Amino acid sequence: MINSRDILETINMIENEDLDIRTITMGISLFDCMDPDIHKACDKVYDKICRYAGNLVKTGEDISKEYGIPIINKRISVTPMALVAAACKGESPVAFAKALDRAANTTGVNFIGGYSALVHKGFGPGDIAFLDSIPEALAETNLVCSSVNIGSTKVGINMDAVRKMGEVVRKSAELTADRECIGAAKLVVFCNAPEDNPFMAGAFHGPGEPDSVINVGVSGPGVVRAALAKAGDCDITAIADLIKKTAFKITRMGQLVAQEACRRLDTPFGIIDLSLAPTPAVGDSVAYILEEMGLESCGAHGTTAALAMLNDAVKKGGVMASSHVGGLSGAFIPVSEDAGMIKAARSGALTLNKLEAMTAVCSVGLDMIVIPGDTSAEIISGIIADEAAIGMVNSKTTAVRVIPAIGKKPGEEIDFGGLLGYGPIMEVNPNSPAKFIHRGGRIPAPLQSLKN
Amino acid sequence: MRAVIAVIGKDMVGILANVSQKCAEYGINVTEVTQSILQDMFAMIMMVDLSKSTVPFATLVDSMEKIGEEMGLKIYVMHEDIFNSMHRI
Repeated sequence: MINSRDILETINMIENEDLDIRTITMGISLFDCMDPDIHKACDKVYDKICRYAGNLVKTGEDISKEYGIPIINKRISVTPMALVAAACKGESPVAFAKALDRAANTTGVNFIGGYSALVHKGFGPGDIAFLDSIPEALAETNLVCSSVNIGSTKVGINMDAVRKMGEVVRKSAELTADRECIGAAKLVVFCNAPEDNPFMAGAFHGPGEPDSVINVGVSGPGVVRAALAKAGDCDITAIADLIKKTAFKITRMGQLVAQEACRRLDTPFGIIDLSLAPTPAVGDSVAYILEEMGLESCGAHGTTAALAMLNDAVKKGGVMASSHVGGLSGAFIPVSEDAGMIKAARSGALTLNKLEAMTAVCSVGLDMIVIPGDTSAEIISGIIADEAAIGMVNSKTTAVRVIPAIGKKPGEEIDFGGLLGYGPIMEVNPNSPAKFIHRGGRIPAPLQSLKN
Repeated sequence: MRAVIAVIGKDMVGILANVSQKCAEYGINVTEVTQSILQDMFAMIMMVDLSKSTVPFATLVDSMEKIGEEMGLKIYVMHEDIFNSMHRI
């Protein structure tokens, strides 16, 4: 018989420590939906998504009930829409966003990602018009998420795209100013974007992916924190071991759910994304894990070191538990989605500068950070450029998801509701990088040897 | 298919009776039972065989949740694979 202590441990993790499967995301290729006639192309997109993902939500719910594990989100990612829209010359790609939104509503998923473009080395046909369409697409849909890759370690950073995205982020917030600037919360600017990420808002189904695939994102900051709380007075080596063991168990659960979902949906298994994804629920915080390690507040000196260890231990523990690991895999630090980060930002212990340093060792980047409404597009581009540079040089994914709170100032707060959470407006450095940003061109790819 | 039924809550008369009676009604064979009482808290774990069950899994889950609510307990019904995968390599 299974050890009763193990059974009670699992139940306790789910019941009291917020253990869950964060998302089952079905990736769907839309390459076969291209058509010069945009109406036909949109119909093909809608039909294919509904055909492939028609049972996704029900399957997720069935597995959740049978195994007793909460599966919070069921989502879809698709081929970067700019690649599909390129066939429709002169047409506004917003029609595709609306088709995605309809498909998401029909299938019952809570987000669909992939209103995306890959412009890290330059703009392809229609790419500039596509980037221009993002604010409108996000304002006129509810469930569509957008992402743009503007740099990579292999090719450098497209500074024209960086400039453009500063404007796009700002405009996305402006067009949804009456809805807490939610447009900008659904838009991520990446460097080294992974093609198999199941987490929103950055999920898209990369061009190298198969026709369809199931990617699963696990979570569990609360479980890690509880394990550390029980550990008591031990050294950092022991803490790292404990995190590895906990990550292993969490990931095994994700692997089981992924296999079962693949079998029932007759879809190949892609990856498990081993991420500690916080939610605004009080126990479910990455910041509180760092504080449990011994920091007075997240953001204190020592935070970057603690986060680096956490991020690495999560990967080491999870890798053996799954046959394929991918996506973003690590610890997320989205400010508005993490009760501990919100508290630290409110008290001033956590600043944008410290967050930038933390992104050099965490799994993604500057995530869900609310900035003053009068922040210029150039400053946002500067934030994007800095973040992309960290990703490019360190061969890791970095991203920017900042929300300019139109009409609001530092000290005020914004509340998105649900998993997107709420947060204080954080100060940005007001000095202008405008001349640097407007130079355009490309930052050359970095040297990959002679590293010191 | 085998499942784990775990009952956790304050000890009282009739917990085992109610849960096993419902299992019998559904043609579910109870293969193992362990229980412990720590102070006032009652924890019972049952291993059940669902191969001859007359109801879908979801119905079993709902019925057990209902018994739990009536008695002020938490009753979990979970596929055994979850525990095997999390705790065994």
